[in-house]
This record gives sequence, C-alpha cells and structure tokens, in this order.
Amino acid sequence: MIKVEHLTKRYAGHTAIKDLNFEVGRGEIMGFLGPNGAGKTTTMRILASFLPPTSGRASIAGFDIFEQSLQARAHLGYMPENVPLYNDMRVTEYLDYRAALKGVPHRRVDERVGDVKELCGLRDVEKKMIGTLSKGYRQRVGLADALLHEPDLLILDEPTIGLDPNQIRQVRELIKNLGKQHTILLSTHILPEVEMTCSRVIIIHNGRIEACDTPDNLLGQIRQAGGVVVEAKTGNDNGAEELKKISGVREVMTNAEGDWKIFSLRVESGVDVRPEVFQLAATRRWTLRELSQRRATLEDVFVELTHPDEI
Amino acid sequence: MRKFWTLLVREVKSYFYSPIAYIVLVFFLLVSGVDFYFQVSFMNQRPVQYTIQEAFFNSVFFWFAFVLIFPLITMRLFAEEFKLGTIEPLTTAPVRDWQVVLAKFFGAFAFYIVLWLPTLLYFAIFLKITHQPAATSPGAYFGSYLMVLLLGMFYLSVGCLASVLTKNQIIAAVISFCAITIFFFLGLLQFVLLDVSGATRDFLGYFSALEHMGTYSRGIIDTRPVVLYLSATILVLALTHQAFQSRKWRL
Repeated sequence: MIKVEHLTKRYAGHTAIKDLNFEVGRGEIMGFLGPNGAGKTTTMRILASFLPPTSGRASIAGFDIFEQSLQARAHLGYMPENVPLYNDMRVTEYLDYRAALKGVPHRRVDERVGDVKELCGLRDVEKKMIGTLSKGYRQRVGLADALLHEPDLLILDEPTIGLDPNQIRQVRELIKNLGKQHTILLSTHILPEVEMTCSRVIIIHNGRIEACDTPDNLLGQIRQAGGVVVEAKTGNDNGAEELKKISGVREVMTNAEGDWKIFSLRVESGVDVRPEVFQLAATRRWTLRELSQRRATLEDVFVELTHPDEI
Repeated sequence: MRKFWTLLVREVKSYFYSPIAYIVLVFFLLVSGVDFYFQVSFMNQRPVQYTIQEAFFNSVFFWFAFVLIFPLITMRLFAEEFKLGTIEPLTTAPVRDWQVVLAKFFGAFAFYIVLWLPTLLYFAIFLKITHQPAATSPGAYFGSYLMVLLLGMFYLSVGCLASVLTKNQIIAAVISFCAITIFFFLGLLQFVLLDVSGATRDFLGYFSALEHMGTYSRGIIDTRPVVLYLSATILVLALTHQAFQSRKWRL
C-alpha cells in the first residue's frame, strides 16, 4: 500500500530524514514511533504530497506521490498534526465541503457525511461552529474528514495527542475497527497505544529507521536486555555495591521504602542473574521480599533504540 | 470543475463569515455615498461640463476608497490559510494548485462585484428623483463599470500575489497596498515629470488608471486598456500560481 524507497528530506541546514526504506502492506496498522523531531511528521507530509522529498521515491496504492500526486491523494485519507480546520464553518458544512473537494459523488455526499459523523461520534456537535469545539472533537472532525472518501489508506499524525484518557481509549478502539478495512499508518509517541493497536512498528530516530518489526518481536529482542528488580533488607550492607559485583549486572539503581531497599538492575542481554542474586542474598543474610525479572515494554525498546547512551 | 466550484463557493462564503467583509462593505458604501452626495450638491451650485456619473467615477473620493479596498479584500486569501495551517488539508486533498489559486481569485472578484452593486442604486435613485439620466448614454455606464471590473481584476490579482508570499495578513496588506499605489501613481508621473519627452509622457499615459477611467466613463471603449489589464491579470495570477507552488520548496 505504501512503498518508500531511499526517501531523504533536507531542510536548509539539517537533514530531517535520511534514506528511509519501508513498506506497508494492505490491511496493516503500522505504528510510526519516535521522539519529537525524529522525522515522523516530515515523512507523513511527504507521503501526503504536502512536501516534496529531496531525493528518493514513494508510492501510495501504486501511484507515485510526485508524478501521480492527484491519484495518490485520492487514495489517501490524511489527518495532519494538530488538525488545522476552518474555525468559521459548522461541522456538517465543513464535512460536506470536504466531501465535494475529495470527489465523493454528489448523490453520496449526504450518506458519507452521515456515516462518518456516526462513526466518529459527531452527532452531538454537527451544527456547532468548529471554532467552538474542544480539542477532542476537533480531533474527531479531522478523523471524520480523513474517512470521508473511503480511502484505502489512512495516514494519521498523532491522532490521540491532547485527548483525555477516555477519549484516547475511544479513538484507539475506532482505529482498531478501521484497521479491519483500511491500511493505517499512524504516528505517536504514546507507547501503550502502539502496543495495543499496531500490527507492526517502525521506530525512527534522527531521521533513520532504527527498527521495523512487530511489537512482539521487538519486545522479544529487548526482553533479554531487560531488568531485574530486587527488594531486600540488606542490614548493614550497602546492597548496591555487592549486586554490582555479580557478572552481567551493568547498573544498579537504589530506592528506599522504609527499611526496604528496592534495587533496579540493568542486565546484559541474554544473562539471567536471578540465581546469583538469590545466592548473594542467602550468603549475606539479606531478607528478600521480591526478586523478579521485569517485563520489558515497548518503552524499553524505544529508550534503548533512541537513547542508547543513557542505558 | 466541481472541485473548483466547491472551492469558489467556500471562498465567497468565507467573506461573509468574517467581520472584515462587513467593515469593507460599510466603509465603501459610506465613501461612495458621500462622494455621490458631494458631486450632486456641487453641481447644484454652478454649471459644469460633465455628468454626475462621470464626476462620481473620477473624483478623489472614489480613488481614495478604490485603492484602499483591495488590500482589505485580498490580504487573508492565502495568508490566513498558511497561518492556520489549513493549507495542509487543502493541498493534500486531490485538488490542483491552479484550482485553489483561481478559486481564491474569483472568490475575491465575486465579493468585489457585490461591493459595487449598491452604487447602481445611486443612479436609479437620481433618475427617479430628478427625472434626468445621470449619464449622457448607456455606454457611459457600461464603460465606467467595465473599467471598474478591469482595474479590479488587476488589483485583486496583485493582492493575491501579495497574500501568497506571507503568512502574515498585515504584511500581505502592506505589500499589496504599496504595489497597487505604485501602479496607480505610475500614470500620474506624466504630470510630475515635466522635463521628460512627449513620447515618455505618452508611454506613461498608457498606464494611467485615471486616464483610462476618464475615457471609459465618457462611454469611449478603448481596447488598449482591456488588453493591458487582462494580460497583466493573467501574468500576475501565473506568478501567484508559481509562488503558491514554491511553498513546497520553501517549507
């Protein structure tokens, strides 16, 4: 559905994305993950034909975004970051306008506008001025707009930013449902969202793809490099010093909770240090309350890939 | 064509969503009404060589209001879309850039025509009350309004170009005001530069909006200004289209 080859975008002074290559297949929900300024929005804007790439090619539904831009755009529902809308129009009026602009046949406009209002929960505000809507509703108007012409592909730039937890849950459900019929590329920096909704994840950092895999596989890679949590009463021992001597332990962070000390151990990948920690506790006569391997989350993958120095 | 029409309708509607439209309408009605009133009362005092219709279209009042309205009409066209970011959903929809540019231009033009409609009433009222026509011939009306449209087209296109260059409406207004004023005064140079040759003076005369209006409001339809303003409008709109496309390389 999306094919990106050697895509590079240079602005005056810096390179926003460098030599990106990826493909998104039909029916996939692809999560686009990266810290602020990583190049997510730039990539999406290029795919939506808003910005031209400096070099490289990309195509949407088989149409080159540069040479067949109009066809590519017709197959694409794009929701820009922060959802710019005309504040002086009413919701239904705006959606009617957008439907005509996107070439929805005249006799189907009412039906489509009705459908997307239903789908995005806009019935309550359909007669309101867009300028008076809350952030959550504006977001939904943007999403409704992207869905109007039943595009094969949806590109959503930060669809849940600025929403409250309930709204985030609703939008997430909506995206999951949409994923049954549409191909979706969505960017976010909210990690649980990606874990829950996406079938594949691209992690982008400083304009480069650092990883591209299913969330499970990414977690599998990082799990070995995960951490161990130890809660113990160490008596007169410092605790951290002794733990650090165990081979495979890279770093120990200590938190205190009353008499108890909570140690978070960062461990080299592929090493299970728990037996050694137990042995140590037994020989030093520590009272052990917890000894567990911490389940790695996508957050760890993200941190590991985007801030390798700080681990 | 449907997309162009959709864009055009939104452009025209959006004028009437904003208070600026009403301010411009009121301002223009006021100035043109005062103009008409003074011309009539002036004529009541002494006999003159011209008709009320000629006087109306050639007075200082008229030109003062005329030059001022274009920046007000055109400043928001593109600048506002750039500022609000709505240019992004607009240009990522399957529409062509020239459709956007032409829709904005003709939207402004439609509003400009609405602005002028009430002035027709002045002449109708004049006829009703005085039982005398305000002009010597129907051609004089036709000529005046034709020149209003021709000049309007050109100055509106200049305003479009100014608006596409910036996302600040004030800057757009200042640029177009300066440009329009320069074009306007280009024709006045012939009265200032006394030591230039007759040929230069004639040449500058070709660009004189004052002279064009003077001729046309007497009902003389000279084709040269038609060619001048139509071609200038097309040229400036082509430049606007280029500048609009260049956003892709500037952003």
